[in-house]
Amino acid sequence: MHKILKKVQLCPIVYLMEVEAPLIARKNKPGQFVVLRVYEKGERIPLTIVNSDEKRGSITLIFQVAGKTTKLLSKLNEGDYIMNIVGPLGKPTEIEHYGTVVLIGGGVGAAEIYPEAKAFKAAGNYVIGIVGARTASLLILENELKQVCNEFYIATDDGSKGHHGFVSDVLKQLIDKGVKIDLVYAVGPTIMMKVISNLTKPYGIKTLVSLNPIMLDATGMCGVCRVKVGGEIKFACVDGPEFDGHLVDFDLLIARQRTYLDEEKKILEIYEEMEKS
Amino acid sequence: MEDKILKSSIERFKRTPMPKQPPEVRIRNFNEVALGFTPEQAMNEAKRCLQCPEPKCIGGCPVEINIPLFIKQIAEGNFDAAIKTIRETNNLPAITGRVCPQEVQCEGVCVLAKRNAPLAIGALERFAADYELSKGGPKVAEVAKKTGKKVAVVGSGPAGLTVAGDLAKLGHEVTIFEALHAPGGVLAYGIPEFRLPKSILNTEVNYVKQLGAEIKLDVVIGRTLTIEELFEMGFNAVFIGTGAGSPKFLNIPGEELNGVYSANEFLTRCNLMKAYKFGEYDTPIKVGENVTVVGAGNTAMDSARTALRLGAANVTIVYRRTEAEMPARAEEIENAKEEGVKLQLLTNPIKLIGENGWVKRMECIKMQLGEADESGRRRPVPIPNSNFYFDSDQVIIAIGRYPNPIIAQTTKGLKVTKDGLIIADEKGRTSRKGIWAGGDIVTGEATVISAMGAGKKAAKDMHEYLMKL
Repeated sequence: MHKILKKVQLCPIVYLMEVEAPLIARKNKPGQFVVLRVYEKGERIPLTIVNSDEKRGSITLIFQVAGKTTKLLSKLNEGDYIMNIVGPLGKPTEIEHYGTVVLIGGGVGAAEIYPEAKAFKAAGNYVIGIVGARTASLLILENELKQVCNEFYIATDDGSKGHHGFVSDVLKQLIDKGVKIDLVYAVGPTIMMKVISNLTKPYGIKTLVSLNPIMLDATGMCGVCRVKVGGEIKFACVDGPEFDGHLVDFDLLIARQRTYLDEEKKILEIYEEMEKS
Repeated sequence: MEDKILKSSIERFKRTPMPKQPPEVRIRNFNEVALGFTPEQAMNEAKRCLQCPEPKCIGGCPVEINIPLFIKQIAEGNFDAAIKTIRETNNLPAITGRVCPQEVQCEGVCVLAKRNAPLAIGALERFAADYELSKGGPKVAEVAKKTGKKVAVVGSGPAGLTVAGDLAKLGHEVTIFEALHAPGGVLAYGIPEFRLPKSILNTEVNYVKQLGAEIKLDVVIGRTLTIEELFEMGFNAVFIGTGAGSPKFLNIPGEELNGVYSANEFLTRCNLMKAYKFGEYDTPIKVGENVTVVGAGNTAMDSARTALRLGAANVTIVYRRTEAEMPARAEEIENAKEEGVKLQLLTNPIKLIGENGWVKRMECIKMQLGEADESGRRRPVPIPNSNFYFDSDQVIIAIGRYPNPIIAQTTKGLKVTKDGLIIADEKGRTSRKGIWAGGDIVTGEATVISAMGAGKKAAKDMHEYLMKL
């Protein structure tokens, strides 16, 4: 059981939760994730660890309300408990001195680049942050990222803030301006990571993406998270979740992510019906 | 008089059949298939035992249960004594009575087998264990005086539970670390409810807890904590029983299509996450019209029978050898066939063909048996130009598992084979002092009882080591 120490609603659909998890806090490194189960009959879902505080024995998770599990999670309050949290899982990001690192976060991915930004900055990199959202009201961690990044850009689909368009447009502008980029690190919707990887490939810019396939045990036991990287099958939970974006078969990942769309919709409907009555 | 003797010797050759749910009923539910003997059936079956002066059955049992003695006790109606006899060497009798491949162990060497049918030793073991459960469960054995020694057990499967139980009984302070949110390892995520009810597993797990062992769930050793850290935390010895948990795939085109599952994923969704109760439970699972299971071990049978219960119209096992080589327990093959699982033998899948990202058809090639391989089994050889296709909208790959590499990768000086198995001697000692290992992580995929046997031996050696510290 993991006590919720802090809960903040970052935007209408995104929440931050600081939860008690002393063992995980001790071990966590940027790029790693946990798997949690909200209650006895719940499913196991992976969430990136956004921050950890060894002294407080806590980790911070940020999630977007999408299905039943995240909805249930969003209903919990400070002082409530999450039944199971296991981690830290996955391989940590290899934080090195690259030079100029562009971190790109789409949607809730903005939360996931925050620990990366801190770590890359601490390793002496010049850090450029680009975050994207559908609209300005859905932007998260803007101030936090601004503080840690040397340069910071925003893109919104509707143009309500920053660049009117996609994060990939902003990256393209940087490349066109002749900014020498040594590493691009992208996390967000799979289609965004695909577009970014396709964009950087002809320029030979090393690009890491943090994949988010369906997971179950997330310890290498079930293989549901298998992804094709450079023609080889890898398990994102133990071999990743970060991979070379130029080698990832994104279309396959998108197809596999859609496996349970019908069931996800159905379980959410059942839950919402129950809530009403 | 002669007639009577003749009659009794004929009786002796007739094995009491296990009462089971009828196939047409059981494929509609997840309840246990085998219902267990009544006391009368058990006593009658037990009376078939010849009480051999030099019994072979004990040697056929990986934990050397005094089989003739507990059988005699059942024959005499002394069920309390029978379970006590079993528990002297077996911590998990309700489990092994259900899942052991008795036909290649105790029952395989039973003298009666030569005449007709071996004594139903497994069913009798289960009877004794269930009798004990019906009387309120196992009486907690006396635990020795606290030794002050701390033992960490990694993994709560059959090997880990055995080591934990034995060492707790000897007075050591035992902590089990389990990566998943429920204890039991393969008994929890792998073996379905209809073969091993979770209530049985929970009773046995609780027994180990009552002996004093503590179980910490949601701790992945190698990630949350390393083995080195366990020693730093004051553990005096570590047992690794992490099993063979990483699924093998066929490495054929199309395996990444939607609708293709590893047996581990399919069974974990159903068993651990209770996806068969989707709606009440949140974890989803798919079931196809025409389900193909590749492989012929227990995991394959479990997958096939689970698919049937989830509502698949047709379930076919595809196996590259013949029925004689199928590695599953004989009883499970029989159960699967009774339930309508079809066997497509001497067949090897070579390609999975999809439509819109979902598997739809399978291309196979016919095989024939050639020369014997290292395992002694005749090697299946493809017959050229024998390719054929059949419809399959769900494919479950059950061709085995690799050891999970996390611990080997994160523990210095721990020697492993090229296949990633931890190297340990027969006492379970690894290349690192203070670290023992046993079960599938050492042998590769084997049985519940052999993992328990390895746990027994390791526990004994660990105890000697701890007492010298």
